[in-house]
Amino acid sequence: MQLWLIPLLPFAGFLINGLFGRRFSKGVVNVFAIGSVVLSFAWVLKTILGLGDLTSAHVEHYFTWIQSGTFNIGCDFAVDRLTAVMLLVVTGVGSLIHIYAIGYMAHEHGPHHGGYYRFFAYLNLFMFFMLVLVLGANFLVLFVGWEGVGLCSYLLIGFYFDKKFATDAGNKAFIVNRIGDFGFALAMFYIVKTFGSLDFATVFQKAPTAPESALTLIGLLLMVGAAGKSAQIPLYVWLPDAMAGPTPVSALIHAATMVTAGVYMTARSFAIYSHAPAALDVIAIIGVATAFFAATIGIAQNDIKKVFAYSTVSQLGYMFLGVGSHAVSAGIYHLVTHAFFKALLFLGSGSVIHALSGEQDLRQMGGLRSKIPWTFWTMMCAAVAISGIPPFAGFFSKDAILVAAYAHAPWMYWLGTLTAGITAFYVFRAMFMAFFGDYRGHEHHPHESPPVMMIPLVILAALSLAGGYLFKVPQFLAPMFPLAEAPENFTLVAVSVGAGVAGILLAYVMYVAQPGMADSLASGMKGLYTLVYNKYFVDEIYDATVVNPLVGGSRILLWRFADVGIIDGIANGIGSRARDIGGILRRLQSGNIRSYAAWVLFGGVLVIVAMGMAGGVR
Amino acid sequence: MNLLTLLLALPLAGFLIALLLPRSSPHASRTWALGISLLTFVVSLALPAMFDRGAAGNQFTLDVPWISTPEIHYHVAVDGVGLWLLLLSTFLTPICVLISWRSIQNRVKEFFAFLLLLEFGLIGVFIAQDLFLFYVFWEVSLVPMYFLVGIWGHERRIYAAVKFFLFTMAGSVLMLAAIIYVYNRAGTFSYPVLLDMLQSGRLSFAPQEQLYLFLAFFIAFAIKVPIFPLHTWLPDAHVEAPTAGSVMLASVMLKMGTYGILHFCLPLFPSASRRCAPWIVVLAIIGIIYGALVSMVQPNMKKLVAYSSVSHLGFVILGIFSFTQLGLDGAVYQMLNHGISTGALFVLVGLLYERRHSLEIKDYGGVSTVAPWLATVFLITTLASIGLPTLNNFVGEFLVLQGAALANYTWAVYAAIGVILSACYMLWLYQRVFYGEAGEQVRSHLPDMNLREWAAVVPLVVMMVWMGVYSQSFLPPVSKTTARVLSQAQVNVPFQVQLRPNTEVARAR
Amino acid sequence: MSAVPISWYLTLSAVIFALGVAGFLFRHNIITVFMSIELMLNAVNLSFVTFSYQLKQVNGHLFTFFVMVVAAAEAAVGLAIILTVFKNRSTLNIDDIDSMKN
Repeated sequence: MQLWLIPLLPFAGFLINGLFGRRFSKGVVNVFAIGSVVLSFAWVLKTILGLGDLTSAHVEHYFTWIQSGTFNIGCDFAVDRLTAVMLLVVTGVGSLIHIYAIGYMAHEHGPHHGGYYRFFAYLNLFMFFMLVLVLGANFLVLFVGWEGVGLCSYLLIGFYFDKKFATDAGNKAFIVNRIGDFGFALAMFYIVKTFGSLDFATVFQKAPTAPESALTLIGLLLMVGAAGKSAQIPLYVWLPDAMAGPTPVSALIHAATMVTAGVYMTARSFAIYSHAPAALDVIAIIGVATAFFAATIGIAQNDIKKVFAYSTVSQLGYMFLGVGSHAVSAGIYHLVTHAFFKALLFLGSGSVIHALSGEQDLRQMGGLRSKIPWTFWTMMCAAVAISGIPPFAGFFSKDAILVAAYAHAPWMYWLGTLTAGITAFYVFRAMFMAFFGDYRGHEHHPHESPPVMMIPLVILAALSLAGGYLFKVPQFLAPMFPLAEAPENFTLVAVSVGAGVAGILLAYVMYVAQPGMADSLASGMKGLYTLVYNKYFVDEIYDATVVNPLVGGSRILLWRFADVGIIDGIANGIGSRARDIGGILRRLQSGNIRSYAAWVLFGGVLVIVAMGMAGGVR
Repeated sequence: MNLLTLLLALPLAGFLIALLLPRSSPHASRTWALGISLLTFVVSLALPAMFDRGAAGNQFTLDVPWISTPEIHYHVAVDGVGLWLLLLSTFLTPICVLISWRSIQNRVKEFFAFLLLLEFGLIGVFIAQDLFLFYVFWEVSLVPMYFLVGIWGHERRIYAAVKFFLFTMAGSVLMLAAIIYVYNRAGTFSYPVLLDMLQSGRLSFAPQEQLYLFLAFFIAFAIKVPIFPLHTWLPDAHVEAPTAGSVMLASVMLKMGTYGILHFCLPLFPSASRRCAPWIVVLAIIGIIYGALVSMVQPNMKKLVAYSSVSHLGFVILGIFSFTQLGLDGAVYQMLNHGISTGALFVLVGLLYERRHSLEIKDYGGVSTVAPWLATVFLITTLASIGLPTLNNFVGEFLVLQGAALANYTWAVYAAIGVILSACYMLWLYQRVFYGEAGEQVRSHLPDMNLREWAAVVPLVVMMVWMGVYSQSFLPPVSKTTARVLSQAQVNVPFQVQLRPNTEVARAR
Repeated sequence: MSAVPISWYLTLSAVIFALGVAGFLFRHNIITVFMSIELMLNAVNLSFVTFSYQLKQVNGHLFTFFVMVVAAAEAAVGLAIILTVFKNRSTLNIDDIDSMKN
């Protein structure tokens, strides 16, 4: 079926724009950048339709990548139903965001002329790696995509590379991801040690026979990787900073696709997890804890993109809660719907930022409802979707997760429901602060975005509203991940929906009905507010406990003390001792030939005398 | 004519003729050096083309007596490992000529002559099958490098050159003593004959004897690699060396050490190697982490890359002493990778130096703005160096770590920390040099790359991608040879079986 | 010839050698010093030939030829050096020539 064409189309776009984009006009750049991704989407559709019902994986082998002894890793791609879902999300949402970016980046000139083609080249490269990640038929090919999307994330976060905060954020993202990859890599090593292969088919087939301790270790290490990529506790810190990148990047990479790679990977490895309940528990706990923790931070953020960034962290937590509660298909379901509404929220906030010429602070907005109505209404669709209000997309998936969580451990359900309330609150807080009340900003003429940006918004709005109905992901994935038998429990559903509604109402009261209330509450609980506003000081704690000791220790202890002081000191010490001895012996070298001769004579006599005393030569 | 002899004769003839060229026209020297090194490279391409990939043994053998008493032969041949290292030398020499085109302005004739002599010595090291011949080439390669650093280096060049020379000499006299001892015991310098005698039991060393001999060889090689804590000559030599010197030093000369360990230590002294392996692995892991941490805080670009070499070479040692097929394959691959990507890093740092005349990181910043292509190539090299999949280092690091994990999982855990740290120091370097606002100095002094520089850099980038994506072009001959080395080391543990109980390792720590 | 005992030859050789040493140590003129060296070499040659004759082996003769070749080479190079030194310093006093020290 030529699966290789799917990632290679965007890669061709990357090569063309990357090598020659400097000489192209924006129109030509658009043709290659958007064309390649749309073609890739079309090829995905054709492939999936052509492969029939996909009950078993369709594998294609291209060439042997690494071979050593009997150990062999091929460059293999495979498609099954899970991959099909991911492919559709990545290329579908990806295409929309590419189109949106035409409008958003139109004014891109910056200090480095040619930022425009560079942006699209990176974006295409990202699509390539993301598709490799999804298509890979063994862990190592998946890892290629895994690291590759990290690279593109790094490049795009630091897109405005003359700004220090942007490149700092890029470094942070890459390095924190590397810590996750460390776990992933160790998991792969253990997989090879246990199963002798990295092919999904082989590993998952042998998984039930492997000892549980090995599976648990592998599962936990994989989770470290997933936590890095999908921004879970304790490695979530890079994602909020990643908002330094252009908004389409935030939507595509840091909301819809790349950050969900961790969820995809754990779902893919579920054959391992299903025999390692302890590891699964850890996933569920990390998921629900992250969901709650990040949501509380989201309450107090004033940067519109930061709010949605923490929201992304929180929603990813939900997905892990789903996977950890044995409801893999619910987790993937939420991944899909989240891709719709979170991409929409980001693109919408991009539209707001575009309208206000770069303003991101919610306190400088307000009353935009009438000024940019299209943006307002599309974002509203996403807001109700994320709040879990039926019958919109978020409701179905979140509900499926929470029901599964209740079956797994009731306290997780209650914490998840509380989080759902908080989610509704902070999302609507942001909406109300931006679109209601009086305009507080400085930009005099907020303007609606061009159609090329609005069309993707409208399509995503439609998907956010109806996506839950249209795409019954759990049913589609049922052959891979059997549906839970648990009956629909209306009380649970009602409670979680009620939490969402309550959150919205609270936000309405605090930010529309009585605008002063929020501030007085904040000053009333000053300590708590400071803590949340500063994101629990986690960055500062990491700096103080890990980063600074490592850098300082390396500089003072290892380099200056150990390397230059001790090791080099010893080497130089030997050298200078030799020089001292030489200095003493040097005095013999008077430069006077006859004194040398006298020494020779003296030495000769000495030897003869010594030989005579030893009894002559025998 | 024997192909290997031709390959030796070309740079040697090039060296001699270069000496005869008139001092007054430096351009003739440059052109001559470029021509002869390119010719050598083209001829060397015939090696992989004619190499029998299915065979494990030596190929292109030529064995003629050189000196009758003691019996020393001119005995040259390549196996699957020497093949690629030889090619690496011939590949990098023309690149070194290209990047020295403008930057070397005094004593041009001698510089290029020494470069060709260096190539001669390096090729010889990788093909000599007679211990004495090996020692001769080993020392021959030392001399031109000493002069390259000492004459064309930066401010503290004399100190660095002497330090480099003394460190290496200290090791190689030990090796010479061991070689002579082996000759006295076995009556031959011929490496294949020695292996034959060991295999058939006609020659055997007592455990204690073997240990001392192993250590004598190993220390000589370890200084060259360099293994922690014998590495302090490396940063000084690199910082002071001219660009071409740094490239050849990092890319090929360090591999002489790892090649020696793989080629001589393991097969000649198998049980001593196994006995020392846990200790050496610990040193390798310390080197990986230590090199990375120290690299992170360096204010000088070349020093940073030099310490990163200590870290990268730690992986090679780890792979070799994991005694697994994967580990050995990965180690050899990593030798080549390090040659390409660190060589490229030094080339690029050299380009920066040529423009701005500073190696201090703080003198840069915002280079991306003024020299975007230079920044792009540097980025690709950086990514290769930190082991991004689809670029070369990843394959090597993966195999090494996987091999180490099969031998002892804990080793892999510690060594993999180095992979995190490599991202820290390289990206931090990249950020400080290329990102940010371009200052006045940077703005006015940093043009983008010219055609000659492109010609030097593009082959390196192509190799990074090729070796990362299609390792099958390179790995099969290596695998054949490493499998043979493993069987000679008599520890060819079957796949998936743990090498030894963990007690050995616990003792090592 | 066989009437002359071997010890006579050796004594003669030792005397000549001692004269050479004395000349080397106590004379100031380079040329004289140089001649003293030749004297010592030839003293050694004499004992080589003596032993060779006594032991009925050809090795001693061989060594003598080597020494003679070396002596000739040395004379050529040495005299050239002395000439240059004299040209540059206009002195042949050995104590004045100590530039190696600095």
